[in-house]
Amino acid sequence: MNFNINDPNFLPWLIPVGPLLGFVIITLLTNRSRLIPATSPQYGGHHPDYDGMLVPVVTNWSRAVSIIVGMSGIVMAWLISLAVVGNAFGLNADGIGGKLGQDVHASALDWMATGLTQFRMGVLVDPLTTIMLIMVPLACLMIFIYSIGYMANDPRQARFFSLIALFAGAMLTLVVADNLLLLFVGWEVMGLCSYMLIGFWFEKPSAYKAAIKAFTTTRIADVIMLLGIAYLFAETGTLSFREIVYNAEVLEHLATTPAVIFGGLSAAGLIGIFLIIGTVGKSAQFPLHVWLPDAMEGPTPVSAMIHAAAMVSAGIYALIRMYPLFEIGGHPHDGEFTAPLMFMALVGSVTALFAATIAVAQNDVKKVLAYSTISQLGFMVAALGIGAYIAATFHLITHAFFKALLFMASGAVIHGMEHGEHHVHAHGDHAHDEPAEHAEDHDAAPAEHRHDEHTDATYREPEGGAPRFDPQDMMNMGGLRKTMPVTFITFLIGGLSLAGFPLITAGFWSKDEILADAWHGLTEGFGPHTLVFIFLALAAFLTAFYTARQLCLTFLGEPRTEEAKHASLGEGIVSATMTLPLIILAVFAIFAGFVGVNPGFPILGGILSPNGIPFKEFLKYTLIAEMQPSTLAFDAFPVLVSFIVALGGLGLGYMMYGRKPLAAGEPDPLIKILSPSVHTTLRNKYYFDELYIAAFVKPSQWVSRNVAYLFIDKGVIDGFLHLIARVFTWIGDFLKMMNTWLIDGLLDGVPELVARFGFIIRWIQTGRIQQYLLLVAVMAIVIAVVFALSAGGSSAAVGTP
Amino acid sequence: MTIVGIDVLSFLVFAPAVAALALLLLPQNRLIARVAALGASAVIGGIAAAVFFAYNAASPDFQMVIQAPWFTVLNASWHIGIDGISASMILLTGVLTPLAVLISFEVEERVNTHMALLLFFQAGLFGVFVAMDMMIFFLFYELTLVPMFFIIDQWGGPNRKYAATKFFIYSMGGSLGMLLAVQLVGVTAGTFSIPELAQIWPTFTGTDGTFLGLPIQTVKALAFLGFFIAFAIKVPVWPFHTWLPDAHSEAPTAGSMLLAGVMLKLGAYGFLRLVIPLFPDVWIADVNILGFVTNWAGIFAFLAMLGVVLGAFAAFGQTDIKRLVAYSSVNHMGFVAMGLAVTALAYAQQWLHGTSAHMQSAIIATNGAVMQMFNHGLSSAGMFLLAGAIYHKTHTRDMTQYGGLWVRAPIYGGIFIFTSMASLGLPGLNGFVSEFMVVRGAWSVYTWLTVIAMIGLLFTGGYILKGIRAVLHGPFNLHWRDYHLEIELREFIAIAPLMVLMLITGLAPNWILNVINASVTHILTTASILSGGM
Repeated sequence: MNFNINDPNFLPWLIPVGPLLGFVIITLLTNRSRLIPATSPQYGGHHPDYDGMLVPVVTNWSRAVSIIVGMSGIVMAWLISLAVVGNAFGLNADGIGGKLGQDVHASALDWMATGLTQFRMGVLVDPLTTIMLIMVPLACLMIFIYSIGYMANDPRQARFFSLIALFAGAMLTLVVADNLLLLFVGWEVMGLCSYMLIGFWFEKPSAYKAAIKAFTTTRIADVIMLLGIAYLFAETGTLSFREIVYNAEVLEHLATTPAVIFGGLSAAGLIGIFLIIGTVGKSAQFPLHVWLPDAMEGPTPVSAMIHAAAMVSAGIYALIRMYPLFEIGGHPHDGEFTAPLMFMALVGSVTALFAATIAVAQNDVKKVLAYSTISQLGFMVAALGIGAYIAATFHLITHAFFKALLFMASGAVIHGMEHGEHHVHAHGDHAHDEPAEHAEDHDAAPAEHRHDEHTDATYREPEGGAPRFDPQDMMNMGGLRKTMPVTFITFLIGGLSLAGFPLITAGFWSKDEILADAWHGLTEGFGPHTLVFIFLALAAFLTAFYTARQLCLTFLGEPRTEEAKHASLGEGIVSATMTLPLIILAVFAIFAGFVGVNPGFPILGGILSPNGIPFKEFLKYTLIAEMQPSTLAFDAFPVLVSFIVALGGLGLGYMMYGRKPLAAGEPDPLIKILSPSVHTTLRNKYYFDELYIAAFVKPSQWVSRNVAYLFIDKGVIDGFLHLIARVFTWIGDFLKMMNTWLIDGLLDGVPELVARFGFIIRWIQTGRIQQYLLLVAVMAIVIAVVFALSAGGSSAAVGTP
Repeated sequence: MTIVGIDVLSFLVFAPAVAALALLLLPQNRLIARVAALGASAVIGGIAAAVFFAYNAASPDFQMVIQAPWFTVLNASWHIGIDGISASMILLTGVLTPLAVLISFEVEERVNTHMALLLFFQAGLFGVFVAMDMMIFFLFYELTLVPMFFIIDQWGGPNRKYAATKFFIYSMGGSLGMLLAVQLVGVTAGTFSIPELAQIWPTFTGTDGTFLGLPIQTVKALAFLGFFIAFAIKVPVWPFHTWLPDAHSEAPTAGSMLLAGVMLKLGAYGFLRLVIPLFPDVWIADVNILGFVTNWAGIFAFLAMLGVVLGAFAAFGQTDIKRLVAYSSVNHMGFVAMGLAVTALAYAQQWLHGTSAHMQSAIIATNGAVMQMFNHGLSSAGMFLLAGAIYHKTHTRDMTQYGGLWVRAPIYGGIFIFTSMASLGLPGLNGFVSEFMVVRGAWSVYTWLTVIAMIGLLFTGGYILKGIRAVLHGPFNLHWRDYHLEIELREFIAIAPLMVLMLITGLAPNWILNVINASVTHILTTASILSGGM
């Protein structure tokens, strides 16, 4: 195969190359540090200040060059993606030889020898990939720009850029992959990157614990997904998307073959469930959702990367990619569900509602967003479960934009609050001079996550043990709209989009489409549709409510602390690089929704979708012909529901938190309404962390040490061996004793041999080198004797066969 | 190909031994001994690499075959040659030995002897991998034991006497049975030639031969058991593995590297070369265990699964870093055994019935097993190197004593994470390719065992992350404030080739897999021809 740069089939190979090269160059060449005392202010606030120790801090030129290298990589990826996307649209417009679904950009290489055949790795650009290529590189680019400013004071910014470059490279690999194995490669490398980045401030116990938790939790799902991949490979002999999901024959074969285990399912059903479990881990669905909120320990650009552009989107993307495999054998639009579809509908809707209830009781600005992410991903999974393929993809894209925006805006808020904290410190009027206020705050929040940091005695807080001011706690904020206006406006846009504010936000259109699909099935009396519709409508209401709560607590009213009063992004490069991405993403958070408006929608439908829904007309060619959905007739009822839940939730939130903003130290009104015990349960995330630690983590640690190692290996196996050794030693000793005292002098030859036997056995305990040498010599003699004996017998044996 | 008038494979076997003898005769000067050993092993490594690349995958049978008379009274001969499997093992040995020698520069006492033992060890390894005669195989197989015993016993850690003795007795225990097995097979069949035995030995039935009056089925069963236990100890297959954590953790760094890197492969190689081809009928004969009917292949797969799972658990339960890495070998070699169990089953079916429903799975599983041998060689050697590097500087193996070292050792930290990830089986690095192939191959044959083995794969993540966390993460332990912790240039040079190979093999495995695949496919698909085309 010859690479030809002008051939569009080879272009996709180059998309991940830029960031990956960036990773290699930064890691090997440009990441250079110098040593400075750990007490220096240049060694940022996230790191302990070790007394009198020198620590490495990235040099200025290394910082600058690494940023340039990283940026070049992602810009290159973005430009090539644009070229590929343009090409794909062109191809689609022509319609020559079918639409893009049949006539894709693809090329592949021999990668792994499997007997007489080869497993091929390749790239593929079909409508789904095209859509992802619009979103992923752009979101990554924004995150990169944002990281210039956000990490500007971090002593390891070069390492940070190398890791996010690898992260972006892995995500892009996943998107252009033409087979499940390459997708899995990107998937796992991203897992590594998220582990490295969540634990980026690796001195912090809370950070490395979160990193380990993220990696381990997703790995539970990944090993099961690996089984799914292996099974699919075993059953079809290929993992190529084109040969599986584009091939009705293969799909039919999978749907009609019974599974090797769990006999009730078809092969497609079991493979499907295995793959879905992979996504349950990666996209933090119930019950493997626990890692994602903790992942907030990483720097905020990482949160944006994990929760919007990459990682969690990758999970949903994989589901969308493999969707035909889940649907085959059923017809969700006619009420016939396969096991994977039901599984997705159940998991998705439960997750959507469950996570939304937790989000209402969180005070950490990023944790609210984390739970909202889990909930929104639940929307997508549930949508796939009822066959709303287009709507799920649409929501994936809009969500990526507004959630990346929200995370970066919240990062700006945190940055602003840290700035305020510095300001307060510099001017000496310490906010912590009012202990009563904080004591009350802690009473209201008994399970404050930051307490974890104090459990490790060796970890020394920068402020020498005093409770550290938490710049992420919304109770410390308020009134930020005045000092951080751009952040406020963009956060507001993102928040409204998340809440599904009608008509003008992208989130409204995508969420509405899911509800419309669910409603349609509900009217036909299909169970899963009904479940999905009710759960998602409730979740959407809660979403609007907690979004309003977050906006009000953070930006409205008066500052509740000194820090909040002085919060700002400052000026210069930091402020500019952190603000620009917010503005760009805000544009997408509004306008991305207009490509998916139902043609029957009053007024807007006629304007925006005169020839059918553009998004759908493009994307549907990813599915084989018999699975392509028809456009549902416009139905006013789900739209009305969308209106009611969004406006109702926002309104209720504003009534509670906006009209009469919380004063400093005032408890959350929600506590009274929900009753403290319910609120505490929600606040502690239904105690899932505690449950998992008690049920899985502790027992596995105990079993590893005490059963697998000490009992089985040291106790049973080695105990048995030592017993044998001891018995032989005793026999040897006993015989030697007999020899010395009883039989000595009677028979010379035999006791001599017996004694020698005991002597040889005894070297187990003595261990002198001469004895080993002697043993070797004896062995050699034994070998020779056996040979000599057997040589005599061999002549007879040779003749017989 | 000949070198100084000797064929290249014989040269590979004898050159390290000659170099070792020369080292013993050289003056007792550390510098000279180190440089000489490094030079010799590097040249030999280069030749080993040349042999690998000279192997032509297009004709996947034995190549570079030499047969010369030797010990004719026993019908044994100097019969050597390589196929794709041995070629890759020779490459691994050739690569790892100079790196181990380089790491051994940290040895200060009796340098000449130490280096000579490493080279003797290499000679033994090459001998096993080129052997096409069972006597030669056995001879060199035993020969590897002695140098390694002295390396552990003389240069090892605090508990070295116990570890070395345990290692020696375990191995000797296996070898005695193997010696018996070699005799039973060789004498009964009248030849020690492995290819010939693969053809005739399995066809022996009722009246074809006896040994000291024993019926042939008994002879076969005894010989099978002798081989099986010997190789199971070496691999190690659960529950024959408890020598390994002691030997590995007490051995000096270079010893651990070679022990884990290549010596364990002797066991797996023995299964592939001898036990699978010689005993197809025994592998799939019914075995009744308390009313549960299975066969030896099934038992082997079950033990392999236990190795994967319990090895991972035991590794997760360690606080000693070298022990953790040592147990990771039990875990990883479990995948090799799992792959080989599939090979054994499919080979036997092919041999007996002329066809096997699992042929494609078995080819993939066997490819995976051999790849895993190679990959584990790279990653375990790398892990031991890194564990040794930090032990050498802190003089403790207790992971709870480390903590936050990444601050002061950023390069070491990066390399540690990279190598750990290769060991963990991160896609994109080498370990994943082989583990995936084994899982894929075993899935169709031993579905439930594969499912349970996934628990082991999960805990592989657990112990790897535990290791990284203990060494690198967390607040810096100020006890090490004035220590030099960063990786030394010599150590870096030693691990760099391993890292490059891990990455290349992960990204494009075909550079070595094509060679392995050709021979594996040949062996498995021609099993029916060997049996006379039944």
